[in-house]
Amino acid sequence: MISFDFEYFKPKTIQETIHLFHSLVTKKKTPLYYSGGTEIITLGRLNLVYTDAVIDINALPEYHTIRFSEGYLVIGAGVSLTKVEEENPFPLLSKTVSEIADRTARNKISLGGNICGDIFYREAVLPLLISDSLLGIAEIDGLHYYPINKVFNREIQLQKGDFLFNILIDQTYLDLPFVSMKRRQQWNVGYPLVTICALKKDEEVRMAFSGVCPFPFRSVEMEDVFNDKSYSLEDRVRRSLQYLPKPVLNDVEGSSEYRIFVLQHTILDALQKLEGGPNV
Amino acid sequence: MSNPITLNINGKKRQITVRPAATLLDTLRLRLGLTGSKPGCLNGDCGACTVLMDGVPMKSCLMLAVEGEGKEITTIEGLINTPIQKAFIEKFAFQCGYCTPGFLMNCHALVYTEPNASDERIKDWLESNICRCTGYREIEEAVISVLNTVKGTH
Repeated sequence: MISFDFEYFKPKTIQETIHLFHSLVTKKKTPLYYSGGTEIITLGRLNLVYTDAVIDINALPEYHTIRFSEGYLVIGAGVSLTKVEEENPFPLLSKTVSEIADRTARNKISLGGNICGDIFYREAVLPLLISDSLLGIAEIDGLHYYPINKVFNREIQLQKGDFLFNILIDQTYLDLPFVSMKRRQQWNVGYPLVTICALKKDEEVRMAFSGVCPFPFRSVEMEDVFNDKSYSLEDRVRRSLQYLPKPVLNDVEGSSEYRIFVLQHTILDALQKLEGGPNV
Repeated sequence: MSNPITLNINGKKRQITVRPAATLLDTLRLRLGLTGSKPGCLNGDCGACTVLMDGVPMKSCLMLAVEGEGKEITTIEGLINTPIQKAFIEKFAFQCGYCTPGFLMNCHALVYTEPNASDERIKDWLESNICRCTGYREIEEAVISVLNTVKGTH
């Protein structure tokens, strides 16, 4: 049971939503946007999240649609992970989200909610980081699109009152060879020791990671090393680890030493698969 | 701070006043007397509280009651003499029974949503629910037996 009370709003337009947020702030309220809502409910129950005004954004037009437009795949941030998996417009994204939580939970968790969540794995962002996606951010003066690598640095960088409305992926990325691997300590459901998403574009490998550090990331420095074929595969993997961001997680899922061991082997597996041929 | 809402549960419209912060699970159990949906982890992990929302399984501990407005909600009380319930009995797919309502809701949705589900798909769906008594095998067999019956009638 959530111990605190909140007001509940369900606006119908982006403009109404943003203005509502700012008017609530003016009234000294602490509003939160509500998409899938799973984090607000679970963390709210533990008093780790507080709000006195919930703005449910699920009635916004196109917030739940997947469509193609002008060379882009456009996915509403409110689309459930199950829908991403079943409609499968971007196989790398579908495969990656199919490993998040469990199927029933994925019926509720939204793509945008996973990307913007407090729980730091945010694995749905990995395919978007390596496909140079655009994020449609709803702001006070309308919808603006930004390259993901400009507005996502460990976590999404939003101004107060802004929210993620949709995601655009250049269609040329949708069918590239890819690898998506999630390694857990045990079982088929749960948080990762390491999740890797990689794709090959123009004979170069791009890779993004979750579970290694307390944030998901893509490292251009590591990619430069992966793609330097003057070294052996094993040497490239070993040399890339010097560019690993800090800190490396050291928790109940696995020690930092064990995580790096698993990471090293998972990168090796990913590179072997991607360098094995054009149609992995 | 309460809102009047109307919920369509098991084909009946129920008008109640709820705190917007009330989860659907608490509302079903504590306000409407529908105690078949079980509180387990209350964290979206165990699946004991699973209900159907327009035919789609949802963990009712992860939903606000106000989100249920305008949807067709089915709880275990609304599942009567379905093939999956009979199969659970025939295959001994339960022991203590606490997780059974959640499993039944999920499995009922599975056999209707994916009548040609592969073994892999069945496993994927069943990973949403936790049972501490059985080895899951009997539950899987119950699902397979219903799927085989459905396939046999087409």
